[in-house]
Amino acid sequence: MDKGKMAKYWKKNLSVMVFLLSIWALVSYVFGILLVNQLNQIKIGGFPLGFWFAQQGSIYVFVVLIFVYCIYMAKLDKKFDVHE
Amino acid sequence: MVGITFSIYIGIAWTSRVKDTKGFYVAGGSVPPLANGMATAADWMSAASFISMAGLISFMGYTGCIYLMGWTGGYVLLALLLAPYLRKFGKYTVPDFVGDRYYSNTARAVALICAIFVSFTYVAGQMRGVGIVFSRFLEVDVNTGVIIGMAIVFLYAGLGGMKGITWTQVAQYSILIVAYLIPAIAISFKITGHFIPQLGFGSTIAHGTNAGVYLLDVLDKLNTDLGFAAFTSAFGQGNKSMIDVFCITLALMVGTAGLPHVIVRFYTVPSVKAARLSAGFALMFIAILYTTAPSVASFARYNMIDTLNHKEYKTAPTWLKNWENTGLVAWVDKNDDGIIHYSAGKPFAGKPKFTKITGDNGERLVSNNLTSNANELYVDRDIIVLANPEIANLPAWVIALVAAGGLAAALSTASGLLLVISSSISHDLYFRMINPQATEKQRLFLGRVMIGVAVCIAGYFGIHPPGFVAQVVAFAFGLAASSFFPIIILGIFNKKTTKEGAITGMVCGIIFTMIYIIQIKFFGVKPWFFGISAEGIGTIGMLINFALTLIVSKFTPEPPQKVQDMVESIRYPRGAGEATH
Repeated sequence: MDKGKMAKYWKKNLSVMVFLLSIWALVSYVFGILLVNQLNQIKIGGFPLGFWFAQQGSIYVFVVLIFVYCIYMAKLDKKFDVHE
Repeated sequence: MVGITFSIYIGIAWTSRVKDTKGFYVAGGSVPPLANGMATAADWMSAASFISMAGLISFMGYTGCIYLMGWTGGYVLLALLLAPYLRKFGKYTVPDFVGDRYYSNTARAVALICAIFVSFTYVAGQMRGVGIVFSRFLEVDVNTGVIIGMAIVFLYAGLGGMKGITWTQVAQYSILIVAYLIPAIAISFKITGHFIPQLGFGSTIAHGTNAGVYLLDVLDKLNTDLGFAAFTSAFGQGNKSMIDVFCITLALMVGTAGLPHVIVRFYTVPSVKAARLSAGFALMFIAILYTTAPSVASFARYNMIDTLNHKEYKTAPTWLKNWENTGLVAWVDKNDDGIIHYSAGKPFAGKPKFTKITGDNGERLVSNNLTSNANELYVDRDIIVLANPEIANLPAWVIALVAAGGLAAALSTASGLLLVISSSISHDLYFRMINPQATEKQRLFLGRVMIGVAVCIAGYFGIHPPGFVAQVVAFAFGLAASSFFPIIILGIFNKKTTKEGAITGMVCGIIFTMIYIIQIKFFGVKPWFFGISAEGIGTIGMLINFALTLIVSKFTPEPPQKVQDMVESIRYPRGAGEATH
């Protein structure tokens, strides 16, 4: 395997990982916990927004994050010719 | 209904029986991602998720988010940080990875002990769930129920190993999710006129005195009127503090990603790509139940207060009396007016101790010391989901379906855990540490025997539930978070992590977490570390583990080149092949 190319693959993997994990932390820990009282001032239908993130929204986002990672990595694996 | 589901499980077991250890430990590494996702979801969602969670949330309000986010967010960590790399590594168990990556049998042994302890803690809880379901719905003795359940698990786990378990869990997922959704949809429609519980949750109430008002607004008001904290309010009086909610959520997420029976599922798929995908499918299937649960919690809370509070006991719905007979509900007429008064605070000290006598209104009298507050009603949180179909007046077959669903949830989790215990002992301890010359046949035989032994121990816990079950669940997540997670992550992402670092980190992380939990749960010490409760302390244990592992690794000799090459190779998917020993 070409060392430089491999290092580049790994770096790309790490940066998409960090990006997706920051969204993960944002919706759960920031919106759902740290800012919950501020966001609860905003209402979407019957839901106070902070409460919705804590009990519903963050879970939907988690599912989407994993599938985004799957799709991105499947493409990256092919591009760098490391797929199975 | 329950009989039908049991025969399905045994049928699957017979068709998927296995002949080699690879089939036994990791289903031959041939499970398609969609099926693995379903099996993982069934494995993950235990009796606690199915039976207890919605009940807990309905009493906790906003704070229930610690379970909702804590028990789902870990899958993002699994999919992004662990599953693909462990799959590429390609061994059978978590202690396998720890032992090989840290080139040390000491590390392997520490991991092994943690894996067994965590799994047994968990199994004990499942058996209690089986007992509850049997005693209420099947009108057999709890002990007989536990023995029947154990015999069935032994049959399909012993015959088919991981392969048998995986395909049974696919069936169990289907049963439990249908059983959860039907009453949820019915009750959502009844209260709000919406078929989708996740939408009904945020809509207005359709009938009665509160018609036209948002459900959550009504709950906030009812809770405040009765002396509880408002349903959607966070922190403050009567709720957990912000730092506590933060730490518990993080400990549960990280704990999830460190639980051996969850991690091992990602060895059963054919490729790295499939490992990532099955984490996605697993969370999708889990999310269906986990987004429904808080909706059910709020409907149940509204319904309970609406149908019981300020109503005459004599005219109260029959489900109240049914559950009173099981001892999970009790009413004491403190002011002798024959009317049920519900408010904040406990009606009496401890769990109800029933006398043989019935009161003026036909209620079962208790001998507990009454408290001075106005609350007259005791409701065990575990009944919320199980009583839902009765509260919503659904036909009897739905009630039977819920019973079958509860059993599916408990049995699927129990079988996954029993397999981890069996493979820890027959593979990690016997084959890797005691007798590396053991033949395939010997190992398979030992695996089956160990399932038998583990089933018997679990059955014993089911019949004689130890009083400390509720307390030790905090242990399972705390230990997984403070032991496995940091050293697996560092093992993958930092080539220079040494065995000395990992062992120091693991041992100190666990000891800190253990001492803190024991102090709080068994000696009644006040949470002294920033008010963080025992459930959340795993977060601090994890940080200690990370810090110590990194520091000690700086000052100890680098890992051998062979290990560094191995770490390099697991970063690239190509050549994952099949899991080997």
